[in-house]
Amino acid sequence: MSGSGLILAGVDGDRAWGLQDYVARGGYSALRKVISEKIPPETIIAELKASSLRGRGGAGFPTGLKWSFMPRSFPGAKYLACNSDEGEPGTFKDRDILRYNPHTVIEGMTIAAYAMGCERGYNYIHGEIFEVYERFEAALAEARAAGLLGQNILGSDFSFELFAHHGYGAYICGEETALLESIEGKKGQPRFKPPFPASYGLYGKPTTINNTETFASVPFIINMGGEAFLNLGKANNGGTKLFSVSGHVNRPGNYEVAMGTPFAELLEMAGGMRGGRKLKAVIPGGSSAPVVPGNVMMDCTMDYDSISKAGSMLGSGAVIVMDETTCMVKALERLSYFYFEESCGQCTPCREGTGWLYRVVHRIENGLGRKDDLDLLNSVTGNIMGRTICALGDAASMPVQSFVKHFGSEFEYHIENKKCLVPPEVQYEGSQIYVRP
Amino acid sequence: MLSQESLQQIDREIAKYPPEQKQSAAMSALRIAQVEKGWLPKEVIEFVASYLGMPAIAAYEVASFYNMYDLEPVGRHKITVCTNLPCALSGGVHAADYLKEKLGIDFNETTPDGKFTLKEGECMGACGDAPVLLVNNHHMCSWMTKEKIDQILAELEDK
Ligand SMILES: Cc1cc2nc3c(=O)[nH]c(=O)nc-3n(C[C@H](O)[C@H](O)[C@H](O)COP(=O)(O)O)c2cc1C
Ligand code: SF4
Ligand code: FES
Repeated sequence: MSGSGLILAGVDGDRAWGLQDYVARGGYSALRKVISEKIPPETIIAELKASSLRGRGGAGFPTGLKWSFMPRSFPGAKYLACNSDEGEPGTFKDRDILRYNPHTVIEGMTIAAYAMGCERGYNYIHGEIFEVYERFEAALAEARAAGLLGQNILGSDFSFELFAHHGYGAYICGEETALLESIEGKKGQPRFKPPFPASYGLYGKPTTINNTETFASVPFIINMGGEAFLNLGKANNGGTKLFSVSGHVNRPGNYEVAMGTPFAELLEMAGGMRGGRKLKAVIPGGSSAPVVPGNVMMDCTMDYDSISKAGSMLGSGAVIVMDETTCMVKALERLSYFYFEESCGQCTPCREGTGWLYRVVHRIENGLGRKDDLDLLNSVTGNIMGRTICALGDAASMPVQSFVKHFGSEFEYHIENKKCLVPPEVQYEGSQIYVRP
Repeated sequence: MLSQESLQQIDREIAKYPPEQKQSAAMSALRIAQVEKGWLPKEVIEFVASYLGMPAIAAYEVASFYNMYDLEPVGRHKITVCTNLPCALSGGVHAADYLKEKLGIDFNETTPDGKFTLKEGECMGACGDAPVLLVNNHHMCSWMTKEKIDQILAELEDK
């Protein structure tokens, strides 16, 4: 964790996560302002729109617009959900936000609840991070005791109850409707859309779901104003963003930088390439995003538009860095196994297709590939994409298509020579246990 | 079936949801039950279902859908290693191999003395800390080296 950003600024130290330190850093001033000045909900949503904040969960949907879909005056219960189910390989930012700065998420959610008229919210926390779930519960207790959460917040007539819901190991629950099913105490299987959660969400009531980092950005936007937030980044790509840098770098970790920061600079912050080796490829937005060859990546800036121009997606901001010791067939094999393992099995193209993709890549990696396997991979992905209930089908397909597109010769070498282009001993060395200096 | 302490914990979870939505506490209730029992036998799942007023089949569905629930007995300590790509680039697979060698077991196996079960995990949302492993579902160990793995195993050995 490091950076001169907003969300991770000043969070060093054992007690920095607690209420006292958060307030000393200016925490809860945005909520106080909203409540004491009785800022109209429309004004809050207008600030968000001006900020150009886009959802940090992967899809990059404009947050202000999403909030405006909520039928604020709809009588009866309305819900808010925070998506902290972070399970997209390469992504580990929400964990750091929750353990180092949980109150910014609570404050952001409370302002969101105020703006959308929600009476109750849940933060869905990824199963494997139980200790972070406990930390978040402790922060909730602090906020309640201080009158910042619960009935009549800060003495006003606004009430909002917020709770943590702990997942237990299912990547698919990061998909927003699967997440709602899971909160309802069911299997996490995505729902058909429409209806969208804004009309039929948790327990059938209007619900808005945002990512942890999206909510964490809200207090800063209220405090500095939408335009100032936008200006931290660049047009259409407002603010700062956490990038989780993993793989072959000297200092893997989270780096919060302005949108539009050159990739080369981010790589430098992460300590540069491990062992001074050559950059081969980068997956810039979590494992579901198309892979980008290293030389192309070196010319990109870290924002939605630049990464999309390079043929990929900013996604969750998970930057997986691979050097020249990486066998691309083996890398893809592992990712394909993941999607096969995590498909919820509801749709035939995804359930069967992900298994098929994995088996074909597996046989290529193991020297049993056939001449027409690359065509087969492309045709299977073509049959999955756009034909499934949720985006996991596409998420499983995009890595396959992009690996074959950019590193096709490596796959062909495998098929013809029944071995890796990168010698096994080189791969072995490059994937050693990384001992931090 | 479950201890008073576990039931109190489950009650605290139930209170998080609207009164008519007790089923929402199913995931936590199963987790709490598993911590007490070590794994989830059929009767325990049925007990949780009746405690929450939901059909037993619905509780089975939950227990079998999420992969941190153990529907078969496991060793006293379950160790799950992440081998997904981001971790593999920083030694996830080597760490898993080292554990296999030290424990003399493969993935999904338990040591003959019943102390350790080894599992292969998917991304735990901690890839920057690779290699990472999870002890008994709830304790994450970051930046594993062979020495640290030795240390963790030695500590668990006595527990
Ligand atoms: C398979 C799958 C997994 C997802 N996992 C996550 C996740 O772990 N965290 C997340 O915030 N969004 C995830 N999403 C995206 C959510 O469905 C949703 O778009 C997001 O939470 C909305 O929040 P945002 O607008 O603030 O980004 C996932 C989507 C899919 C299809
Ligand atoms: S696309 Fe895959 S994960 Fe998504 S609903 Fe269909 S089967 Fe389930
Ligand atoms: S890939 Fe291992 S924790 Fe993410």
